[in-house]
Amino acid sequence: MASMNESGLRLVWVYPDLLSTYGDQGNVLVVERRARQRGLAVHRIDVRSDQPIPTSGDIYLIGGGEDRPQRLAAERLRRDGGLTRAVDNGAIVFSVCAGYQILGHEFVNDLGQREPGLGLLDVTSTRGEGERCVGDVLADMDERLGLPQLTGFENHQGVTHLGPTARPLARVRLGRGNGTGDGTEGAWNDTVFGTYMHGPVLARNPQIADLLLKLALDVNALPPVDDRWYEALRAERIAAATQPA
Amino acid sequence: MAGNTEPLPPRAKLAVTAGKAAAAVSRAAGRGSGSVIGGKVALKLDPDLLARLAQNLDVVLVSATNGKTTTTRLIAEALRAVGPVVSNALGANMPAGITAALAGSGDARYGVIEVDEKYLPAVARDTTPKAIALLNLSRDQLDRAGETRMLAERWREGLSGSKAVIVANADDPLVVWAASSSPNVVWVAAGQEWKDDAWSCPACGGVMQRPGDDWFCGECGFRRPTPSWALSGDHVLDPHGSAWPIHLQLPGRANKANATTSAAVAAAFGVPPQVALERMYSVTAVAGRYDVVSYQGREIRLLLAKNPAGWLETFSLIDPPPAPVILSVNARGADGTDTSWLWDVDYSRLAGRPICVIGDRKLDLAVRLEVAGVDFQVCENATEAVRQCPPGRIEAIANYTAFQDLRRIVGN
Ligand SMILES: [Zn+2]
Repeated sequence: MASMNESGLRLVWVYPDLLSTYGDQGNVLVVERRARQRGLAVHRIDVRSDQPIPTSGDIYLIGGGEDRPQRLAAERLRRDGGLTRAVDNGAIVFSVCAGYQILGHEFVNDLGQREPGLGLLDVTSTRGEGERCVGDVLADMDERLGLPQLTGFENHQGVTHLGPTARPLARVRLGRGNGTGDGTEGAWNDTVFGTYMHGPVLARNPQIADLLLKLALDVNALPPVDDRWYEALRAERIAAATQPA
Repeated sequence: MAGNTEPLPPRAKLAVTAGKAAAAVSRAAGRGSGSVIGGKVALKLDPDLLARLAQNLDVVLVSATNGKTTTTRLIAEALRAVGPVVSNALGANMPAGITAALAGSGDARYGVIEVDEKYLPAVARDTTPKAIALLNLSRDQLDRAGETRMLAERWREGLSGSKAVIVANADDPLVVWAASSSPNVVWVAAGQEWKDDAWSCPACGGVMQRPGDDWFCGECGFRRPTPSWALSGDHVLDPHGSAWPIHLQLPGRANKANATTSAAVAAAFGVPPQVALERMYSVTAVAGRYDVVSYQGREIRLLLAKNPAGWLETFSLIDPPPAPVILSVNARGADGTDTSWLWDVDYSRLAGRPICVIGDRKLDLAVRLEVAGVDFQVCENATEAVRQCPPGRIEAIANYTAFQDLRRIVGN
């Protein structure tokens, strides 16, 4: 676990060359900014898919991507093995969309075949038969997390089923989330999180960024930062989702 | 390469007339220029109309994520050196709009046509172009346009049998992938600042190596072709190695790149680079873009940027700090309803100057700028934003519908 030592917080962005399609860099920027605002030194490590994943990171972020890059990312992550070792070491992982699917047991790749994931989350993804899920989402976060409502933007075809050891990250009020029809959105266990929300999701839900920091630092609270614009954006998007134009 | 002037068969004539009537009705009803609705009516009456209208013309198609409207205009100006030109100058770039534009072709000999990226294969099939200019491909409105690499793949399939001269940007791996199945390609080193859609080899998925201006796939050997034309500083280098100065009234590196591609296209029609480039100087603004308007004692330059690559090119052409900027972003249908692309734009490059943000999605911009660590002000509307800026030049950068809103307010 990271402490406020000289090396600072090690923030690892996994495969931006393959998995950074919908502004996913935003999640990295938000975590980095909010850590620095708390006076933490941040060592950000962007890992391209031809480089090894460092195993000593504190927080790993994985974004969304198109179908072929998703398959390539899964192949390279499986071969590399570093992310699994990092999780074994207690690292925090936050993943979005294609990245979320890769963390599960398997998903359907661009060739229509079942592609094994990393098995870090107890979820299994398939391709939805219906229309693509696109639009604003409003959901209640899992009560164990004690966080305010989740607001996000979804754009995916995938459907993700949760196994017994994964908890839903949230329950949707508006939107599709996991696409299973049971109202769940995303999944988490103690240290690994997955969501279909873009937006990017941490810009609309800075409390989740803070949760990742708290878990990584093993603290219960962080000094407050100025959340004025985040709160204004949240209020606007929640209102927009509730009263569509 | 001039076409003959075969008369239109009766059904096509009827379709053109009906289309014009529909356009007139649409105009009278106050629904814009009417060109698209006219084209839709005409295409319904005669689905082959586009092909028939094009057969009397030497057609040039222009497609890209960014710069297609401007480049279409530059090529049209260059080709006017050798004959009358018809063009969809207002940017109606889908089949109906293109049909409407060509229906008014009169005695034109050349058709210079901007084509929406998704429709390029279909329009290329219908119009049998003599040349096709491909400038760049990058992420744009992913919530409706789909994957960028898939678009390159569809171009590649659609153009593989084309007899056209493909004038393509050697610096964009996705464009090279799209063009390299064609038998007749003229490569242009036109540059491409944005690189984040082509780190993965379009051929094999390998990781792309990009030392300096070069690029290649370390796994399959797919690599940057040797260009015969190049943009070099303020000059166009032609295939004989001669350097021709670029004098444009349009600002920025991207427009020099557009001029370079346009010169290469013009040369395919026998227009020497010197003549082509001289003619391009007459272009001042394109559908309001780059226009400078006086408003409330300030000079506002109107700049359109619709996607991360476009914003990146725009940041490189604006006046240096302390010139103020107004940023406006909407997320209506024509913009794409997803604003996540804002996070792919490096707004920290605007540090050190006054920044005012407006538009439907000003709060998305506010959070983006907050995280970028730059100072900014959120304003209710354009008028308030202009008042916040000191007298002098203001750079106003907006995405599609925000740009239209801005033009209406500042009176251009
Ligand atoms: Zn390759």
